Amino acid sequence: MPEQLFFALEVILNGLMAGVLYALVALGFVLIYKASGIFNYSQGVMALFAAATLVGIMDGQVPFSHLINAIFGTNVHHFGWHIPALLGILLTMGVMVFLAWAVNRFVFKHLVNQEPIILFMATIGLAYFLEGLSDLMWGGQLKTLDVGLPQGMNATLDEVTFNLFGYGFFIDNLDIVASIVALILVVTLTLYSQYSKQGRALRAVADDHQAALSVGISLNFIWILVWSIAGFVALVAGIMWGAKSGVQFSLSLMALKALPVLMLGGFTSIPGAIVGGLIIGVGEKLFEFTLGGMMGGATENWFAYVLALIFLVFRPQGLFGEKIIERV
Amino acid sequence: MNQMSTEGYTTADGRQIGGVLMEMKNITLRFGGVKAITDISFDIREGEIRAIIGPNGAGKSSMLNVISGFYVPQEGEVWFRGAKRPPMKPYQVAQQGIARTFQNIALFEGMSVLDNVMTGRLTHMKTGMVAQAIWKGAAEREEVENREVVEKIIDFLEIQAIRKTPVARLPYGLKKRVELARALAAEPKLLLLDEPMAGMNVEEKEDMSRFILDVNDEFGTTIALIEHDMGVVMDLSDRVVVMDYGKKIGDGTPDEVRNNQAVIDAYLGVAHD
Repeated sequence: MPEQLFFALEVILNGLMAGVLYALVALGFVLIYKASGIFNYSQGVMALFAAATLVGIMDGQVPFSHLINAIFGTNVHHFGWHIPALLGILLTMGVMVFLAWAVNRFVFKHLVNQEPIILFMATIGLAYFLEGLSDLMWGGQLKTLDVGLPQGMNATLDEVTFNLFGYGFFIDNLDIVASIVALILVVTLTLYSQYSKQGRALRAVADDHQAALSVGISLNFIWILVWSIAGFVALVAGIMWGAKSGVQFSLSLMALKALPVLMLGGFTSIPGAIVGGLIIGVGEKLFEFTLGGMMGGATENWFAYVLALIFLVFRPQGLFGEKIIERV
Repeated sequence: MNQMSTEGYTTADGRQIGGVLMEMKNITLRFGGVKAITDISFDIREGEIRAIIGPNGAGKSSMLNVISGFYVPQEGEVWFRGAKRPPMKPYQVAQQGIARTFQNIALFEGMSVLDNVMTGRLTHMKTGMVAQAIWKGAAEREEVENREVVEKIIDFLEIQAIRKTPVARLPYGLKKRVELARALAAEPKLLLLDEPMAGMNVEEKEDMSRFILDVNDEFGTTIALIEHDMGVVMDLSDRVVVMDYGKKIGDGTPDEVRNNQAVIDAYLGVAHD
């Protein structure tokens, strides 16, 4: 039954595309974890914050307008301009760099040498703070993000595959763009960290703080750099997810999907985040397609976590993670 | 040390030692109520090999950490190249041209030997982030230039064969040598070695001694080292500071120190054994 086969193939393709989006979020986690040993719970909220800021800047919203109006009795909401997408993205990136600086200056600088669990708790606090800040600055309503990315079914692909196989593949244009962007992002980040001077410093800090200090690396600078890069990745993820399903609170929850991705791929591996994301994406779509009906549907909600649980039992360091060796 | 003037002196084997490179003035370091270092002063001169010795817990490592900026003393002044040094972060000290190794080896275990040694060049690489991202042009040129320096040092320390090996896989003695290579790559004005021979067998110790002497000879690098092995210290160093319980109890050439009664009592003699 070729019809069924093609359908399965389409499911797999769509799974791959969804996986890319998971991988994008997971990537942000991996970057910060590798460089500073901090598991950044707020990565998802950072994506939400970045997307909300982008919408706000592009639409010329006055930040904190509700607060300002409540205090001063004014009635300002908009600057009355509209900024092109590219400029808006650059400005938002500026905000994310500032955020990176502020997070280090006001939170993590004071927590140097603390236990990982304390750092983790700090990021949970940061997540709630950012969530509130995002609402306060730009309002909590559902926003549509339009940076001019193509939407809807890719007609060419549908036509070509229909002519070839007699079966038209349904792939979302946005997913294709997201995949290409993710690919470029991963290749760039990998090359940058392998070959550039800052990349070498970054890997050095990830490996040994004392030794890094002794060769003249400023830890503070590297941490701000890493958080900025993570902020950039969050922005990209925010744009992709925001364009797909609007900028709203649930955007930050997708970060939870990144957890099983990380367990699969390993917390310290950039390629691991990608492969993990793809496996989860394909896995949950295929599972839903084959066995979902038998199990009453909506298996996508839990499949990833169960898969991660199985991985935890048999390969706790993930596919690409560093091997855990206990020396006696 | 009567022949010593501000202009330096000539060693027994005929090397000319220059003026003061670094001077520690009345350094006192406390951890809470415990005094790790009490009112110690000494200088390090350009081109010499200066040793700091003393029994366990004498405060030798603390002193090295003060020089390299890891500890900030409560009292006293650190003078480097004729200027008083303000309180600094360790990475700023490194940028000033002071490189160091660690007693318990602090290498980047996940990176290759070559990459480890290349990190030593970071203070010499000036191109900005944008240039690095573009890579072609300035950044690439800089990488090639610094790579040449690093290859020379790798040759010099005879670790060509393990250039691409991840450091984690190397035996202890080689790790020590890689750490020395990384410190040397910075072309430091002052090289600090924290127990460079700790935990080594006789053969490895001989190798390391040879490298230290060669480094001093070939590059004219000023070296300050801490070492437990008395024989090694006496053979290597031009002048020795002796510490005990955080205080300085002797300072001079190896021969002078060997004959100093306070030193004999505290450390070299039989009193402790």
